[in-house]
This record gives sequence, structure tokens and C-alpha cells, in this order.
Amino acid sequence: MFKYIIKRLLQLIPVLFGVSLIVFFLMRVCAPDPAPIVLGQHATRESMEEWREANGLNEPVVTQYVDFIKGAVTGDLGTSYYTKAPVTKEIASRFPATVELAIIAIILAAIFGIIIGVVSSVKKNSIFDNGGMLLSLVGVSVPIFWLGIMLIILFSGILHWLPSSGRIDPSLRPDTVTGFMIIDSIIQGDTVALKDAVVHMVLPAVTLSLYSMAIIARMTRSSMLETLNQDYIRTARAKGISEGKVTRKHALRNAMLPVTTVIGLQLGSLLGGAVLTESVYAWPGIGNYTVQCIMKSDFPVVQGVVLLIAVIFVLMNLIVDVIYAFLDPRIKFEKKEV
Amino acid sequence: MLLEVKDLETEFKVKRGTVKAVNGVSFEVDKGEILAVVGESGSGKSVTSLSVMGLIRDPGRVAGGEILFNGENLLKKSTKEMQAVRGDKISMIFQEPMTSLNPVYRVKDQIMETILTHTTMNKKEALKRAIEMLDLVGIPAPEQRVNDYPHQMSGGMRQRVMIAMALACDPELLIADEPTTALDVTIQAQILDLINRLREKLGMAVLLITHDLGVVAETADKVVVMYCGRVVEQATVEQLFTKPLHPYTQGLLDSIPKMDEDRERLYMIKGIVPDPIHLPKGCSFADRCDKCMEKCREHMPKLSVTEDGRKVRCFLVSDEVEGE
Repeated sequence: MFKYIIKRLLQLIPVLFGVSLIVFFLMRVCAPDPAPIVLGQHATRESMEEWREANGLNEPVVTQYVDFIKGAVTGDLGTSYYTKAPVTKEIASRFPATVELAIIAIILAAIFGIIIGVVSSVKKNSIFDNGGMLLSLVGVSVPIFWLGIMLIILFSGILHWLPSSGRIDPSLRPDTVTGFMIIDSIIQGDTVALKDAVVHMVLPAVTLSLYSMAIIARMTRSSMLETLNQDYIRTARAKGISEGKVTRKHALRNAMLPVTTVIGLQLGSLLGGAVLTESVYAWPGIGNYTVQCIMKSDFPVVQGVVLLIAVIFVLMNLIVDVIYAFLDPRIKFEKKEV
Repeated sequence: MLLEVKDLETEFKVKRGTVKAVNGVSFEVDKGEILAVVGESGSGKSVTSLSVMGLIRDPGRVAGGEILFNGENLLKKSTKEMQAVRGDKISMIFQEPMTSLNPVYRVKDQIMETILTHTTMNKKEALKRAIEMLDLVGIPAPEQRVNDYPHQMSGGMRQRVMIAMALACDPELLIADEPTTALDVTIQAQILDLINRLREKLGMAVLLITHDLGVVAETADKVVVMYCGRVVEQATVEQLFTKPLHPYTQGLLDSIPKMDEDRERLYMIKGIVPDPIHLPKGCSFADRCDKCMEKCREHMPKLSVTEDGRKVRCFLVSDEVEGE
């Protein structure tokens, strides 16, 4: 297993190389020249030229790329054109917000998705099944920004139950330890801040989780239906164990294999920044920030974020594969002597 | 009498109509006896056995008849009461040993689950019992193999595990649904021999579902021949093999190659099994029968009892008509 993980991590190198190549050249080909955006519309030709020279944009593209890779290998992804702060720092300050939101959303999505999927499959063609599948059809088809706005109008605008934007009331903000608002307020024993952070989390998390929940519910249902038809389920029934136990112990564990993959990949894409959700709720995460940086042609930041997303995706895939081996004894990554 | 099936009817509702997979089947199994149910695919033999187990699921249902086990009608029992019977008093093994065990649990967990469900044993005792059972069914080094996952075992081994699991609670009746069909010939013989030996040792009865007359001749005491959801002939093994009365049974026996005969081609029953939704009006076998008469196409013969106690459903033997 250890050997396998190392092997997979080594495979990360060519992936990152390829991703960096694509994003680097795409930005240079497609994005507008950053100089006038950075310096403002009244900038002179000379000052722009000077700025380009200072930021290495006058070098041949290949040289620029080589410089970028040289820096990236040592952990230096450059500095933002605007804030002059290192890209790693810029990302690090926003990433926890995205991670916190993504993890809570995927937990909600997994719990409700699996419950809906299992109930739908066990009570196939019943009202639960139809209702659950209607909900997941809505979940995959509703545009996230529209759903977000509707929820804000209802729960924030009309009912005044929940705040419409941000992570926490700025006056309650706990000192940053981990960057995770909920964990930080727990560490500092600040229940008022904790409550406020949780309340701020509800709408974005629900909005973000709906799509993943729908995908997980559909996957769970179809996987359960297939598993419930297997011979070993009949064997389990023939043993005289209760139907509930047949479902939970014998069917669900087998049906969870493909569902695990879906959950892992969904989490991977949520961690890459939920652009729309973060925009609607003004969530200070990485998705929202990246979009702004693309608009402003902040090349180093965009490159850094895309590399980070690639790493996350590869790691999520690896984690899913490792979990697989624990769930299914038939999967062994190394040849065991029999 | 251990098991009495009386006029059992099991049907499946499908889009095209209702399939009467089992249509008025009756038979008895005595304590310690092996009854073989023979028939080709679609004759209703597996559905009969699943009906006895109470494992018929939507869109199927048992539509009529009685299944008396030690005098109690199993069809009248609640879901919970049937769960107590399954795996304890009546247990079952299946055709596909490769897929009948849950791939994600160790063999010991699967055997122990049956024991823990039906007895008051604790886990330690149940594990001991599981190892004993593996030993009983002839698995070498049971203390080690009990920790294996199903995929680490061969098909024959897995079927032995299935048998161990089925017998773990000393059932009075073992239903074996084509237990050897998926296994190769040498393993087949071993498994049949095992079932036979355990039957003698443990005194249980066996309901053996098979399409293989060789298996029947080797193991069974009595035989029920099924065709299109009905019993067409019932006899002792000796009677059946020495003098089959129903043309279908005769056809089945004639299509087995014999050592002492020199024939170029084997006999073949012509045609195919009729569509179960649109069964012919008279005898279901009429279209395929070499001895078909006019009235066979009009009326269904009754399962009548002959002088030597056999039962046959054919106008060649008796003129009685079903339902008259």
C-alpha cells in the first residue's frame, strides 16, 4: 500500500507539469495585457513598458515559463500583480474558507444523498422513491446562482432567519489560528462567534451541497438496486436475518463502492472553489478570488490556484482509491503471496 | 410428515400478463428423505423452493395452496416468524457458489451471522461452531480458512462454505437448488457425496432441485418431475428409472447417453417450452409429445395415482381430467 501511494504521488509530477504548461500559455494567449489594468487607464505608455519589464513580461514566453517552473519547484509561485504579496500567502489566506464550506457541504450531501438513495432503492417505485428522485432531478438541474438568490430572498429577505453573506459578523471574528472559523471559535471557547459562524454557514452549505447530494442520491440508488439483486443478498435473506439488516449490512457496504468515488470527486471539485456559491454569498474563498484574478489578468495567482486545484484532484483520487481498498477486500494494490 | 406442499400456486405479474410459475404443485418430504424435483429451465422448480423459503419477492407472490412444515402452514406465518424458520429449521443453498457469498465479509463472519441470529451462542462459541462446520464439510485447515474472504476460495470450496453455513443451525430440511450445476464434474460428485453423508449423519431431509437426472439417480429417494409449473410425474427413484410413465420423463431419460447402447444420435424432445403466459389449452406438453392424442389438446389430464402408488399426469395412464 505504501509503495502504491508513493508511486501515485510520483505520477503527480507529470500531471502538474502538464497543467502548468496549459494554464501558463492559455493565460498569455487569451487574457488581456495586465499592464493597463494594473496601472489604471491613465497610465502612460512608458510606465506600462516599465511595469512589463519589471514583471518579466517582455521576456520570450518560453523563458517566462522556465522562470515560473524554477520558482514553483522551490515553492515560490510569484507575487500578485496587485497586492505584491506572495501568491502562496494570498491563497493560504482564502483557502480555509473554501475548505470549511466544501467539507460541510459534502458532509450534508453525503448524509442526505445516501439516505435518499437507500430509501428510494428499498422502496422502489413508491412515493419516497419518486419524491427522492424528483428532488435529485431538481438538484442537478437548478442553476446554483438562482437557487442561492432564492434562498437569500426567502430566509434572509422575507423571514430574516439567516444572514445573506459573509462568514461571520466582523465584530465577532475570533483570532485566526487554523483559519477555519468554526474550529477557531471552538478553540477559543467563543460560543457567540461559533453560533454566528454556523448561522452564516447554513445557506452557502445548503446551496453548495444540493448538486452533490443529488448526484450522490442517484448513484446510491442505482448502486443499491444493482446490489439488492445480487445472489449474496438472497443468501442473506435465506439465513433468516431481518430485511433491515440485509439492507444495512449486506447491501449498503457493497453499494458504497461506487458512491465513495462520487463523494471523493465531488469533494475534489468543491475544494477547487465553488465559484458561483461563493460569489452569491460573498464568501471570501478561493473560487470567488480566482474569478476576480482572471478578470484582472493576475497571471501568477491564477497559475497558482490552478496548480493547487490539480493537486487537490489528484490527491482526492488517491484517497478514494485507498478507501476502496479498505471497503473491498478483493482490491489489493500489491501482489500478496498466496 | 416433515414438509407437505399442497396445491401451491405462485405467480408473477409482468407487463405482458400473469405468469403462473407454479400451478397447483403438491408433494411431501419425509424426515431424513431426499426428494428430487426435476425439470428443465422455467418448469417452476426453483420458484417452488423459494416459495417454501418464503423468499418470493415482488412482482411475484404465492397465490394459493398450503406449505405445511411439521404441520404448521408457513404461508400463514408473519415476516418475523418466517425469519426465525429460515436458516434455522429450513435452510437453502444455491446454484452459484461464486456469487452467493458476500464478497466484503470474511467466511467466518458470514457463517457466524447465521449462528448468532438463531442461537443464544456468544461470538466465541459461534466462531468455534463455524470452524467445526468448515471441518465437517471437508475444508482443510478450517482454523485458517475461516479467516478467508470468498474470493480467496474456489467454487467447490465456496459451495462447501455455503453448505456449512446452511447446516450451522442443524436444520430439519435443506433445500439445495441446483447445488452442483456451476461446478465441474469431479467437484459435483464430491458435493453430492457430502450432502448425502451429512444427511445420514445429521438426519435432515433434503429437497434437491436439479435438472440433472444423473444427480437424481445417485442421491434421491423420491422424484417429482415438473413441467410448465405442474407436477407431471412422481415416483420413487427406482420406479422412475426402470419404468417412466409420462412421455416427458421418458424423453428426458432417453436423451441421456447410455453405456450399453450403441446409438448414432441421442434422442431429443422436439420443440421448446411454451410461452408461460400463453400456455396451450390442454396438456402443456402436447405440442412436444410423440404420443399426443386429440384430447390432449383439449383437456388437461389430472395427476392420478397408479396402483403402485406413483402419480402421473397423462391420458395414456388415466382418463381423469383436471378440474372434473
